Amino acid sequence: MNTFDYVRPSTVPDAVAAAAAPGSAYLASGTNLLDLMKVGVARPDRLVDITHIAGLDRIERLPDGGLRIGALVRNADLAHDPDFARSYPAVAEALLSGASAQLRNAATIGGNLLQRPRCAYFYDPFSACNKRAPGSGCDALHGENRLHAVLGWSPSCIAVHPSDFCVPLIALDAFVEIEGRNGRREISLDALHLLPGDTPERETALEPGDLIVALRLPARAAVFAGHARYLKLRERTSYAFAVVSAAAALEMEDGAIRQARLALGGVAAKPWRARAAEESLAGERPGEAIFRRAAEAALADAKPSGDNAFKIELARRIVVRALALAAAGTPARLPALPGSPFSSAPGALHDA
Amino acid sequence: MTLEILPQASPHIRHGSNIGQPLTRRDGVLKVTGRARYAADNHPPGMLYAVLAVSSIARGRVKSLNVEAAKSHKGVVDVMTSVNRPKLAQDPDEKSNPFMFRLDLLQNDRVRYANQPIAVVIAESLEAATEGAALLAPQYEAEPARVGLDGAESFVPPGVGVGGPAEIRKGDVEAGLDAATKRIDATYETPSQYHNAMEPHAIVAAWDGDRLSIDTPSQGLAMARGRIAGLFGLSPENIHIRSPFLGGGFGSKGLISGPQILGVLAAKLVGRPVKLVLRRDQMYGPVGHRPPTRQRLRIGVDGEGRLTALDHRAKTASSTFDDFFEAAADISHTLYASPAIATSHEAVRIDIGTPLFMRAPGEATGSIALESAIDEAAAACGLDPLAFRVRNYAEVEPISGKPFSSKALRECYAQGAERFGWARRPLAPRQMRDKDGFLVGWGVGTATFPALMFHAEARAIIRRDGTGLVESGAHDMGQGAWTALAQIAADGLALDLDQIEFRAGSSDLPDAGIAGGSAHTATAGMAIHSAGADAIAKLAELATRDERSPLYGAGNAGLVARNGRLRRRDDESRSESYAEILARAGLGEIEGRGASAADPAAQSTYAMHAHGAVFAEVKVDPDLGQIRATRLVGAFAAGRVINPRLVRSQYHGGMIWGVSFALNEQAIIDRRSGRVMNADLAEYHVPVNADIVSIEALLVHEDDPYVNALGVKGVGEIGVTGAAGAVANAVWHATGMRVRRFPIKLEDVLTPAG
Ligand SMILES: Cc1cc2nc3c(=O)[nH]c(=O)nc-3n(C[C@H](O)[C@H](O)[C@H](O)COP(=O)(O)OP(=O)(O)OC[C@H]3O[C@@H](n4cnc5c(N)ncnc54)[C@H](O)[C@@H]3O)c2cc1C
Ligand code: SF4
Repeated sequence: MNTFDYVRPSTVPDAVAAAAAPGSAYLASGTNLLDLMKVGVARPDRLVDITHIAGLDRIERLPDGGLRIGALVRNADLAHDPDFARSYPAVAEALLSGASAQLRNAATIGGNLLQRPRCAYFYDPFSACNKRAPGSGCDALHGENRLHAVLGWSPSCIAVHPSDFCVPLIALDAFVEIEGRNGRREISLDALHLLPGDTPERETALEPGDLIVALRLPARAAVFAGHARYLKLRERTSYAFAVVSAAAALEMEDGAIRQARLALGGVAAKPWRARAAEESLAGERPGEAIFRRAAEAALADAKPSGDNAFKIELARRIVVRALALAAAGTPARLPALPGSPFSSAPGALHDA
Repeated sequence: MTLEILPQASPHIRHGSNIGQPLTRRDGVLKVTGRARYAADNHPPGMLYAVLAVSSIARGRVKSLNVEAAKSHKGVVDVMTSVNRPKLAQDPDEKSNPFMFRLDLLQNDRVRYANQPIAVVIAESLEAATEGAALLAPQYEAEPARVGLDGAESFVPPGVGVGGPAEIRKGDVEAGLDAATKRIDATYETPSQYHNAMEPHAIVAAWDGDRLSIDTPSQGLAMARGRIAGLFGLSPENIHIRSPFLGGGFGSKGLISGPQILGVLAAKLVGRPVKLVLRRDQMYGPVGHRPPTRQRLRIGVDGEGRLTALDHRAKTASSTFDDFFEAAADISHTLYASPAIATSHEAVRIDIGTPLFMRAPGEATGSIALESAIDEAAAACGLDPLAFRVRNYAEVEPISGKPFSSKALRECYAQGAERFGWARRPLAPRQMRDKDGFLVGWGVGTATFPALMFHAEARAIIRRDGTGLVESGAHDMGQGAWTALAQIAADGLALDLDQIEFRAGSSDLPDAGIAGGSAHTATAGMAIHSAGADAIAKLAELATRDERSPLYGAGNAGLVARNGRLRRRDDESRSESYAEILARAGLGEIEGRGASAADPAAQSTYAMHAHGAVFAEVKVDPDLGQIRATRLVGAFAAGRVINPRLVRSQYHGGMIWGVSFALNEQAIIDRRSGRVMNADLAEYHVPVNADIVSIEALLVHEDDPYVNALGVKGVGEIGVTGAAGAVANAVWHATGMRVRRFPIKLEDVLTPAG
């Protein structure tokens, strides 16, 4: 069999030391990494299993009111944490709209942030892919690319970042805490994922050995709790990646928008923060026209990378809808079909 | 094989006959406790693991394989390629009957489709074999792949489906179109679909000299055995195949596939038992699939809303090396009355594995196009689509003029419509909204599937203690044959279900034919029932000839079998138990034999089909285009119902496939390489639970005296037909947009920007 070293450090420094060697990869729950290893896309020489490091599975309130989420917290556990869901409901909704119940029970939040793209040509070792084999070309570019990027892409790579979780996180100014060979640092989530440019093989700002130890949500992000939604268009009602998605969060004051947060998913190689759109909303009263204007601003630079022009208009519309839903207020209970346009449809009795 | 039923209090409360009882699956407990042994659960001593290496190009030849690298990998025992593959007695490219399909068994270095097996690595562990296969690093001489329905020159195939003519016509279609007041001319496209049964094809093969023992899922044990016997030059008696359970078949396990034979070859090469299980992505090539179609329908309608012409032309694709042509247009032969009907097929040969049978082959692809076109015709006439269908109701089979052996379709329309609430449907599209603002649409489709009968045999034994043993090499793909056929078997012997032992799923039992064409319950059931009747007749013979029996002199016709006793018809108090009769005759048991086959006389007189009506509700987000099938009601008439619970489950599964057909399922094929790019269950979308909100199947009573003595038609495939069209029509009714390329995607129903 394809042999590799398997190490199971019990402390963060041991993990970092073990993973700094070339060819190493961190293994969290493996729902993404092991799939990639099975198809031969990832062939690490050494797996550094981080699931036995103590202390990385906690959700803590910080003295400043922010929340710190250990990298090993499971997707489902975070989404169902009452304190978390109350403060950051759109993030909980995004988590529950992803994958399946079984996967969410296993997947860690660190793994979710760092999941690899779902581009079929990336997953297929026999296709040309600049991300997998730099310089080999991009078979998606003139191939089956209906669901590929419309923002921030380059001819070297048109893949999108698949995570739902990251979309509201980036809207809410989340930070990641990283432990590396030179100690601990933190960067904004916005700075974690990179656009492809000429180096699509570089997906993140992480250096060899860098371990994400935690994710932080600032206290001020909770001001949006009353008006925050995540909406995700899918090709079936559940268990599918986003065609496009949007997270919208509003801070309302006397019927007007004090400040807005907006991000898009499924459109670019990173979760896409729409700052110009956010600014266009500040001070306005919610309404179709200003939402549409915000949507235009969010997609101003969009261009199709293939057979996917429809995604641009669809992204505009989902922005309008997500903003309208956010303006209407966060529902008291998480909808039965989280993130679905059908979340209010009768007959849906379960988390799907 | 005997089903090892777990000890349990008999849940089978019997009111009258076994047939008709809604029994739960007798194998259910074994399955939910993981004790049902599927093919890949077998591990004979000394077993090795085989893994296929498959081609990553669609056309060309394998230039080289790094066999040395694979062989030197720890745990690898051997690598089988076209160079060292054991000899076969028959060329896998030979075709001695139309039901025999060419197999890829490493006969040479050619590659004729993506995912074609090009080598087999055999190792001590699955992991070692998998890595060995990766180490082969094949080098190819690739040729440009021919991809899609326009990928090659089109021709008229020699035949379509199972030997049907490619073109059939009745009346003058052009004249009918000319005479019409309304005309529809529309082209529909259906995608390639691939088999994704939960259980992939798997085989455990063990040789013992010239004897061969096999565990593998099969929908046709005797044919599989015959095929293997032919390929290896063995006598069929020397081959034993066990197939007690299939984790789904849907046609893909009807004929033994190339990879299964490769497992047998691998076992022969290494002289040890070998297990070979396909990986999910390896299902997308060598085990058959549903080919793409492009169908043009022209319909003429007169001022009264009656068809004047129906022209259905289908284009499909087959492989470059074999002949399977999806008979998509043939559905237009049977459903709607028209003075002129023409159906025709053309095809291209492209670099794909040979398409084969996939649940309702031909009917499913044809149905979604025909039902859409009929809906378009109804709309063009300003008629309710259900009323339009009833107006064009076929009282006799349109293409042949034969009367139907039975046809309760009118009742299906009526009962389904009533249950669904169809009467409240507004005629125009885009009229209905729910309280949340979603567009709501209602659609209908007619379901149909031929009632077929094949050949089968069975054996029934009444034992000394009065219990029964019934044997037939029948196949349970999950549909519930272990239960439904046992119900028939018990009735055949006039015993309670728990008084009989039923054996099935093994090639050493009487040939039960093929579990395909929705004909297995009818075919195997008839053989089983006749075997029981034969045993009873023999027993009656013993009793009526024996002076010591209270039944003496009653004559065969004067007896009736009930609850393990033979009774005089004229005086039921005079009776004798099976055990008593056998004991007195000094017999340990008595055996009856039964066979079944289609009745050619009835078939030439009558058209035989099951029918149904499917009603669908969809909701569509008006701005975002996301679609959900929120309600399905199907009403089906398929003759006698052996087990309503199992039948309903078949209808549900079929209708869900219909939803899948209309909204989800599609192989995404790279236009340049011809390779399937979504060959996994995450990306090859079928509906999940959240997609099926409400589903209901009504069983409409239908007596059919002609199909077979049991009156049973098939229920396995009909659910797919009708349902797909109903959903597509509901999408039109919700949005006002007629999408003619399936599956319907969210961008297809977006209103233009602005
Ligand atoms: C069928 C399927 C459907 C899915 N659908 C969705 C969906 O709809 N929406 C969605 O958002 N996601 C979806 N996912 C993806 C899923 O969310 C991810 O697989 C999961 O979150 C990964 O978490 P993990 O713990 O299993 O990570 P792993 O697979 O263990 O790791 C993933 C990657 O992250 C790296 N890594 C993990 N933890 C750390 C860390 N702490 N520091 C540094 N590197 C780390 C690993 O080295 C690896 O490269 C789906 C997955 C599958 C298989
Ligand atoms: S889009 Fe990116 S990931 Fe996909 S094939 Fe091109 S380079 Fe690779």
